[in-house]
Amino acid sequence: MNSRKYLVEKIVKIILLIFTIFIVFVLLSIFYGIFKKGLPALNWEIISQVPKGGYYFGKEGGILNAIVGSLYLAIGASLIALVISIPAAFFIHTYLFSYPKWQKRVRLWLDVLWGIPPIVYGAFAFNFMLFMGWPSSLLAAMITVALLISPVMIRSMDESLQHNSKGLFESALSLGFFKGEIGFKFLFKQSLPGITTAFLLALGKGLGDTASVLFTAGFTDYIPESITEPAATLPLAIFFQLSSPIPEVKERAYAAAIVLTIIILVISILSRVLSKRFSKNRIK
Amino acid sequence: MSLENNTSLIDEEIIRKDESKGLHNLIYVKDLSLWHGKQQTLKNVELNIRDKGITVLLGPSGCGKTTLLKTFNRLTDLDPDIKTTGSIFFEDKDILTKNIDVYALRQKMGLLSQRPHPLPGTISDNIRYALKLKGIKSKVEQDDRIEYYIKKVALWDEVKDRLKYSANSLSIGQQQRLCLARGLAIEPRVILADEPTSALDPISSRKIEEQFQELSKEFAIVLVTHILRQAKRLADYTAFMYYGEVVEKGKPSDLFENPKTEIFKDYLQVGH
Ligand SMILES: Nc1ncnc2c1ncn2[C@@H]1O[C@H](COP(=O)(O)OP(=O)(O)OP(=O)(O)O)[C@@H](O)[C@H]1O
Ligand SMILES: [Mg+2]
Repeated sequence: MNSRKYLVEKIVKIILLIFTIFIVFVLLSIFYGIFKKGLPALNWEIISQVPKGGYYFGKEGGILNAIVGSLYLAIGASLIALVISIPAAFFIHTYLFSYPKWQKRVRLWLDVLWGIPPIVYGAFAFNFMLFMGWPSSLLAAMITVALLISPVMIRSMDESLQHNSKGLFESALSLGFFKGEIGFKFLFKQSLPGITTAFLLALGKGLGDTASVLFTAGFTDYIPESITEPAATLPLAIFFQLSSPIPEVKERAYAAAIVLTIIILVISILSRVLSKRFSKNRIK
Repeated sequence: MSLENNTSLIDEEIIRKDESKGLHNLIYVKDLSLWHGKQQTLKNVELNIRDKGITVLLGPSGCGKTTLLKTFNRLTDLDPDIKTTGSIFFEDKDILTKNIDVYALRQKMGLLSQRPHPLPGTISDNIRYALKLKGIKSKVEQDDRIEYYIKKVALWDEVKDRLKYSANSLSIGQQQRLCLARGLAIEPRVILADEPTSALDPISSRKIEEQFQELSKEFAIVLVTHILRQAKRLADYTAFMYYGEVVEKGKPSDLFENPKTEIFKDYLQVGH
């Protein structure tokens, strides 16, 4: 009887282990590939200089324009998304509290929105810009990426509030707080870990997404000095250099990929640390 | 839906009648019915709550005790499917009418729920929220009162060295007492307690019970409990509910000794 259970348990364990090892292996080989090809080209010059004339033919310069552009874009977009998402998430948990059907509907819509591919957002924004006669700019890209990441941001805060929010809400109401107050006083504290994770998730998306910025941000060899100027982004820089036939330029694409990977890695670790710190006062 | 006209007139009439009997009532529930959608949860409830002492609500699970408490502080507003008829008079007003200030009402009717729900923040924050809501701005005064209220619920010795810890770090019994302290800091007139000891060990339960006995000298307390012994220990008045109706009510001595209905007899028998 029991020996059978042990056997099944062992088999399940081995299967799970195999899949885990497989995923880790894939991840490591991607890292290995990027680092092997990119490390030789990675130097101080490439991350501290903007492209000089002829950079894309293998001459001197770097990708500072794209690094800064991507950081600006990601931070700006995440901040805009935060401003949209926090009130939306609180709305779901306070004023929609009495209407569970609508809560469900809103969640479904958000999930559907999140499923729309970024290129669709990009194309939509581009069309809109054409219609209004606006050129590509950092601001346009920020707004596009913000709209792209808001649904998942709202949902991630929403999830962090799911647990216990009914009791919390009722007991705060019983003390005489009004709904909006409860949102911004208590649900905020309660969802702070969720907000942090959501913000950093958004940062990562803003840094990494190519399709939505393709038409909206444009591309430039300079560091943008205002949000109305176009901006270069890392994913696009990688893409352009990878498509070059010149081997030196291709190598530099991998160097840029290393930079992007490291930035995203740092953000992920940061998100872990911060979200743990902010859970301190959370009611479980 | 509710009797909006002449609310205070009806009130005065009842009060005069009660006072001639030597009773001082604070809440008058008149012909209260409540529907969850099509299902009727409360049926023509008639109940008076005395202005001091503990009124214990008894009754089998699902008979509408929690619903009745939530009607008292209008948490029922949260559910758009809930419809009520009848009235609840409290301080010269029918609190079921539209033009009542529910926020002020909820502060007068402190609700202690079955499971404690501390608010996110530290132990002292939890009381501070209530004090701020009462408009107490001075930090020194807040700290004084935090100590006062935590002492009042016999929690001080356990938490005095860790007021800055998250309220989450307390045991359930301690959280329940903290929530009681928070409710008191709002300076309510009535304490509505929904099975406040159901999640607690006997010693913590005893502490809460002692608090209630002490508090019943100042406050009107409505206590829901499934523990018959507790009801007998604490009740100054008792009401027994069954399927949304108040079937029996009165002094516990009469009620427990001479139950009039079969249902209540059975309930008491099984409870022993
Ligand atoms: N949101 C709701 N929608 C529909 N019916 C409800 C809702 N809340 C409560 N009810 C019904 O109202 C009735 C009374 O519920 P209530 O919670 O007041 O009972 P109770 O006396 O407090 O029971 P318990 O002792 O188990 O806590 C139950 O039949 C319950 O199913
Ligand atoms: Mg109940």
